[in-house]
Amino acid sequence: MVGVSGLVDKVVDGYQRDKDMLIQILLELQRGFGWLPEEALNEVSRQLGVPLTRVYQIATFYKAFSLTPKGRHLIRVCVGTACQVRGAPLIRDRVQHLIGVEPGETTPDMRFTFETVNCLGCCAMGPVMTVDNDYHGHLSIPDVEKVIGVYK
Amino acid sequence: MPRINSPSELEKLREEIKGKRDPNKPCITLCSGTACQASDSESVSQAFERELKRQGLEGEIDLRRTGCHGFCERGPLVVIYPEEICYTKVKPEDALEIVQSVREKKVVDCLLYTDPVTGARIKREPKIPFYENQRRIVFGPNRWIDPKNIEDYLFLGGYRALSKALFEMSPEQVLEEIKKANLRGRGGGGFPAGRKWEETKKTAREPKYVIVNCDEGDPGAYMDRSLMEGNPHSVLEGLIIGAYAIGSHEGFVYVRQEYPLAVENLEIALKQAEEYGFLGENILGSEFSFRVKIHRGAGAFVSGESSALMNAIEGRLGEPRMKYIHTAVSGIKDRPSCLNNVETWATVPLIINKGAEWFNSIGTDKSKGTKIFSLVGKVNNTGLVEVPMGMTLRQIIYDIGGGIAKGKKFKGVQTGGPSGGIIPEQYLDTPVDFDELTKLGSIMGSGGMVVMDENTCMVDTARYFINFCCEESCGKCIPCREGLRLLREILNDICEGKGKENDIELIEDIAETMRDASLCALGTTAANPVLTTLKYFGDEYETHIKEKRCPAKFCKNLIDYWIDSEKCQACMICLRNCPTEAIQGGKNLLHWIVQEKCIKCGICYEVCPPRFGAVVKLSGEPVPPPPAPGTEVVRKEGG
Amino acid sequence: MKEELVTLKIDDKEVKAKKGMTILEAAKEAGIEIPTLCYHEKLAPYGACRICSVEVIRDGRTQIVASCGYPIEERLEVKTRSPGIDKIRKTIIELIAPSLSDEGLVGKVRELADEYGADTSRFISRFRATPTRCILCGQCVRYCSEVIGIHVIGFVGRGVERRVVFFPQRAQFCPTCQECFYLCPTGKIAAETAGDTFPGFSIDDYLSGKMLIK
Repeated sequence: MVGVSGLVDKVVDGYQRDKDMLIQILLELQRGFGWLPEEALNEVSRQLGVPLTRVYQIATFYKAFSLTPKGRHLIRVCVGTACQVRGAPLIRDRVQHLIGVEPGETTPDMRFTFETVNCLGCCAMGPVMTVDNDYHGHLSIPDVEKVIGVYK
Repeated sequence: MPRINSPSELEKLREEIKGKRDPNKPCITLCSGTACQASDSESVSQAFERELKRQGLEGEIDLRRTGCHGFCERGPLVVIYPEEICYTKVKPEDALEIVQSVREKKVVDCLLYTDPVTGARIKREPKIPFYENQRRIVFGPNRWIDPKNIEDYLFLGGYRALSKALFEMSPEQVLEEIKKANLRGRGGGGFPAGRKWEETKKTAREPKYVIVNCDEGDPGAYMDRSLMEGNPHSVLEGLIIGAYAIGSHEGFVYVRQEYPLAVENLEIALKQAEEYGFLGENILGSEFSFRVKIHRGAGAFVSGESSALMNAIEGRLGEPRMKYIHTAVSGIKDRPSCLNNVETWATVPLIINKGAEWFNSIGTDKSKGTKIFSLVGKVNNTGLVEVPMGMTLRQIIYDIGGGIAKGKKFKGVQTGGPSGGIIPEQYLDTPVDFDELTKLGSIMGSGGMVVMDENTCMVDTARYFINFCCEESCGKCIPCREGLRLLREILNDICEGKGKENDIELIEDIAETMRDASLCALGTTAANPVLTTLKYFGDEYETHIKEKRCPAKFCKNLIDYWIDSEKCQACMICLRNCPTEAIQGGKNLLHWIVQEKCIKCGICYEVCPPRFGAVVKLSGEPVPPPPAPGTEVVRKEGG
Repeated sequence: MKEELVTLKIDDKEVKAKKGMTILEAAKEAGIEIPTLCYHEKLAPYGACRICSVEVIRDGRTQIVASCGYPIEERLEVKTRSPGIDKIRKTIIELIAPSLSDEGLVGKVRELADEYGADTSRFISRFRATPTRCILCGQCVRYCSEVIGIHVIGFVGRGVERRVVFFPQRAQFCPTCQECFYLCPTGKIAAETAGDTFPGFSIDDYLSGKMLIK
């Protein structure tokens, strides 16, 4: 597929084909594609001259990378310590109950990808959840359904 | 903007900037740190912009978006200069009134901070107890600086320390000053920065690297984020001074992937620093050259460990390696590499400007200077606070934090993140510094301080931290990977009522092996939360294991929700909100929960009107039988 | 080039060895065997198994370190056995035993279990994953990349989801090489590989989720 190798070429070039920037390159490809298709990983290995094993090792180690496509909306429930003591587990369970998938998964209809995150840095608003770029703080369990209902 | 090529040119520019700024001109400053942005401070900003335009006041009243002020509980925060009037919880609709008040030199009373005890309204920001009890030498400037404008930093004296270091001091003298200041790393380890710098400098290999660790990973800690977002130049200036002292010409800033605003503001700062001549070739016209690259993290707590971070900078997997040979001797690509935390670097310009002796006048015997803490959890004034080392936990939590939220009782304070422990009430008068908390089995760590009340289950808290470390463990070494796996299972079991008699012994054995034999500090310290909760809250473990009861009424498997028939007023609210239709009853008929259908979501508990308070959590006792169906409610007076 | 010698004590025996050597290497040279599971003389020290942990005493302070990575120092005192060290080795075997099931408790692992009195079923009831027969020592991965240089085998995942996988698209030379077969302490590779196919632990098996099912 020309599209993938072309984008990889552009990104790798943008980092002067510097092997040290492998993780940065993968981050940019993740942003560009929304995930990391197998072909992109093969291309990075080939074009940057780093072993395929290392590319996969990195792509499967970090939470920022997804080797499967993501949903239209990203739900992130903060489970940092401050939110934890303010009831984040019940918020997380509520989301899970409503959309039917566990953290780390995407709903079959591709509507939501659900993640937990360790601290969004707005502890005063805890418990906090973000959907895409929107912050929803001071959440109570009954609020959750209304909040995510907005996102089609 | 032509490059500045000498200290005198820098001072000339500074005078020019000062000359253009009228100290009496009103300025509306708005906290635009991530936390306030999450409270939609951007809408407030835009409302101010519109209002100033509408009233034709753009030339007469300045508007400045600044970094985090720290009083996050009360955001969005607005401070009016020169009077320092502080408005809290500002909404876009308040813009009109505030702008008018600035024009008329009046005050909007209802937006002022109100003292919860005396009821007095406090006008000036420095007089608010939250701020008054702090000593904001590193973090304070955030409120005067627009991070996207280097001239704000210059106005306050920025880069004077760099100029002094490059032209009035030798690299050795700079090193000596940092050593004399006894500056210890603020990232958690507390290692003397001067010694690390010296080791890097003395190792005879080139090139040498300096690194800013902005991978802040402790959940609930966001000090570095706010510093990097709000005052990136302070960190940069410290880094350049350190590079000069050590003899490094290339630096890295490793920023957590979850901090996009920090990266954005840092990129702007780097660009401006280069334009003005504080970065790049021949800095300020000196012989010293230095450049900086940004590396972003990709979502792994363990990559914040110094050797792991350096692996990541080399484009290899960010997992730790054995560090018997310090990274100061052999780090990135086997070269001497000096890594320090954001707050550590940001403290350097202060020491160069004001001297080591001044720095030593603050703090305790072995812990000099101040520390920024993220004071969060069940405390009234959640936010970032900076205090001198040696202030006690009680002073921080009560004098600054305003005590426990919602009138509850203090149970413990968790310090040091996943490597730390939970300190109980009897030690509230312990001074906070690098060493005192360690004596109690916890650590000061990077500065996270999570306050817990009577509704926090300590066993669950231990479980939470073990789970965190288990998810974040790189998995390389056996004690950490397998130890955490098993600890997680054991703690899950205990919280679910499946704890066994010898579980405590198992936990202690596994914890000991992890502590003694793990490869890196994640593994060696991961068991601390469990060990301290066993030490100070051991009875809670006993209760969970032997009685299958959770005293804090938190552990789902060990609690039941029950509607007290004597209090229920049949308002139907819980019935309608129950997601599994587990509540029976009806209009004027007592409600009760069908236990088999209850998923312990807690919604009924939250929605039952406080004046009834009929939904009750039970633990370790049998659920009373439901009322006979069709039992009518007994109306209470005023109910 | 003059080689600097260092004098240290290992188990009360005075040892002289070249500066730059690790405790493990110096001990071996002096005829003192320290057990290992992830160490290989052709590979850079890795520090994953921690079996080679020893006590070092310096300036009156005792520290537990991995001897495969710790450089020798003048006047260092090393103890390769002690109640503390023995307990660590025993517990490490107990920690990995559930991952191995009976077929994997062989060779060096079995020897260590016997020598240190490990109760290999101690943690079985709390181990709720599928045994992989892999202790993630990484010898296969590192040998294939550092010595052979073909990078057919790699690590994927993190923490308890970390796995060793083969990349079939790179496995052309495997039938003639097979060197990793002899490195594997649990015998997994030899047992679960049929010629040039790697049933059950290829990269595709990992990505499909098959290798992470409990």
